[in-house]
Amino acid sequence: MIARSRLVTVLYVLPALALIGLFVYYPLVANFGYSFFRFSAGAGDMTFVGLDNIERLFSDPVIRTALGNNVLYAVVSILFQVVGGLIVAAWLTRLLGRRMGAILRSVYFLPAVISMTVIALLFTFIFNARGGLLNAFLDLIGIDGASTAWLADVDTAMGAVISVSQWQSVGYITMLYVVALQQIPAELYEAASIDGAGRIRQFWNVTVPQAKEMIFVAMILTVSGAFTVFNEPYILTRGGPGNTTQVLATYMYNQGFFQNQMGYASAIASVIFVITLLLSIVQLVSFRSGKD
Amino acid sequence: MSASDIREASLPPSTSSAGTATTSADAPAAVRMRRRPTSGTEGSVAWNIPVYVILAIYAILIAYPLFWMVISSFKSSTEIYADPWGLPSTWLVGNYAEAWDRGISEYFLNSVIVTVVSTIGTVTLAALCAYGMVRLSHRTGNVVLVLAMGGLVVAPQVSLIPLYRLLDATGLLNTYWAMILPYVAFRLPMAIILIRSVFLSVSKELVDAAIIDGCHSLQVLRHVYLPLSRSVLVTAAVLTAYFAWNEFLFAIVYVDSDAIRTIPAGLMSFRDALSTDWGVLLAGLVIAALPIVLVFAFLQRYFVAGVAAGSVKG
Repeated sequence: MIARSRLVTVLYVLPALALIGLFVYYPLVANFGYSFFRFSAGAGDMTFVGLDNIERLFSDPVIRTALGNNVLYAVVSILFQVVGGLIVAAWLTRLLGRRMGAILRSVYFLPAVISMTVIALLFTFIFNARGGLLNAFLDLIGIDGASTAWLADVDTAMGAVISVSQWQSVGYITMLYVVALQQIPAELYEAASIDGAGRIRQFWNVTVPQAKEMIFVAMILTVSGAFTVFNEPYILTRGGPGNTTQVLATYMYNQGFFQNQMGYASAIASVIFVITLLLSIVQLVSFRSGKD
Repeated sequence: MSASDIREASLPPSTSSAGTATTSADAPAAVRMRRRPTSGTEGSVAWNIPVYVILAIYAILIAYPLFWMVISSFKSSTEIYADPWGLPSTWLVGNYAEAWDRGISEYFLNSVIVTVVSTIGTVTLAALCAYGMVRLSHRTGNVVLVLAMGGLVVAPQVSLIPLYRLLDATGLLNTYWAMILPYVAFRLPMAIILIRSVFLSVSKELVDAAIIDGCHSLQVLRHVYLPLSRSVLVTAAVLTAYFAWNEFLFAIVYVDSDAIRTIPAGLMSFRDALSTDWGVLLAGLVIAALPIVLVFAFLQRYFVAGVAAGSVKG
């Protein structure tokens, strides 16, 4: 009887674990294996090529561009989302009435629920050289000669792509912070204010330490998001012009499904995984040691 | 993130909807509200003005492009080009009919199928798994939890190529399952962790009472656990639906045929087919965005609860 009930319990857990195992863990392991082969998308044979793909990673200039873009993505996202989001959340919870704060954070959050395809296609209208909304606005406020093709110009394309990501995500991170800041007891602010702390001191001495866990979560989300980003550059620029807006994920897709170099693409995917794993470990360790 | 964080966060935050101000977390907020006028005035009203301006500009930056998308979806291409700021001279409601007929209806239906099946699948399997976990011994339950949490670390991007071969080998490529199975697998860890944290708080006495009443184990799940966890089940469902409705990478790589494309992937071919018909394209974008915006409007507190659970963004 007891043996039978244990069997039943295992049956509850099994389907979910089987799916996760087959579709999440198996591909992860297989991907590392694939990195040492050359093969194409069709059913053809896989040829063992040893470390060829790995060596190629180090000599490929596009990898350097892509990695640089991912790092830029991470830095900008930390500034706008982790830092900017916290400041906005503090303003929403401390300065605005409850109703106004709730309305604004919903407005800010709205882009986060909309598909990136919709947003990116909308922004192609905004960034168009001719008839684009941004250039029309610059004309309107009297900045002449603003006919930049924002997404096609080597100098502006990456900035334009990253700004779309910020447009979508700052409100999401702000919402995270608002939930955390609402848990901070008002007495802490009152005590600080009695001690003579102004707004900025209160922010540093109360808000930041109290929101530390959420800041940590926001860091993980934005930084790992920055190193796995695909949709925005793919839809807005396909990694162009040239390879200037290529990031690791778009380059992996390009190598695998356009150049049909699946082995090399797997090696790039392994790089993405190693980076995100290292970041998680670093952040986890620094968070643990920073705690108390 | 520890399980206790998730448990706290997964309770619907009381502040997100005005009607439910009963939990203890509300008390400090209420106190703060009442005292703010006296404690917050350090001659700093002038300070607030730039802040209000910044918040207003930020709100306009977000709202205006969306507003523009809706307004322009009623215009002709020539009018969008010639007069980007004005209202439509005639409201071309026909843009919506045309967008719907030229592909959006099919993509929409596909998105509904994929989203509904993925959501039901994820929540069902996650609830069963979470139930198994609370019945297992402490140690075995923790092993399952670690496996689920590890799944959160793996980005879908990393699995792209092996999954492609797996789906190819099993003949699932280019079917609904090529999207549904990966979506369920990648959302399960989040759903399991959320649901388990609530199941853990179900009292042992209730369970024993149900067993004495003659419930077998599935009935205990149905009559004791599920009714007590409604809000976390909705949270998990909303988050899965949100992910499945918007997912792009798997949808463009694993599906070739236009007949089963979901909206995010379908919009790409829609755009290519309509390169000059801006009003119709924008109407298509509005149709694509509308359902999830409506879900957000009505189920906002579950979104917020999910967001608070932290690591759940797609």
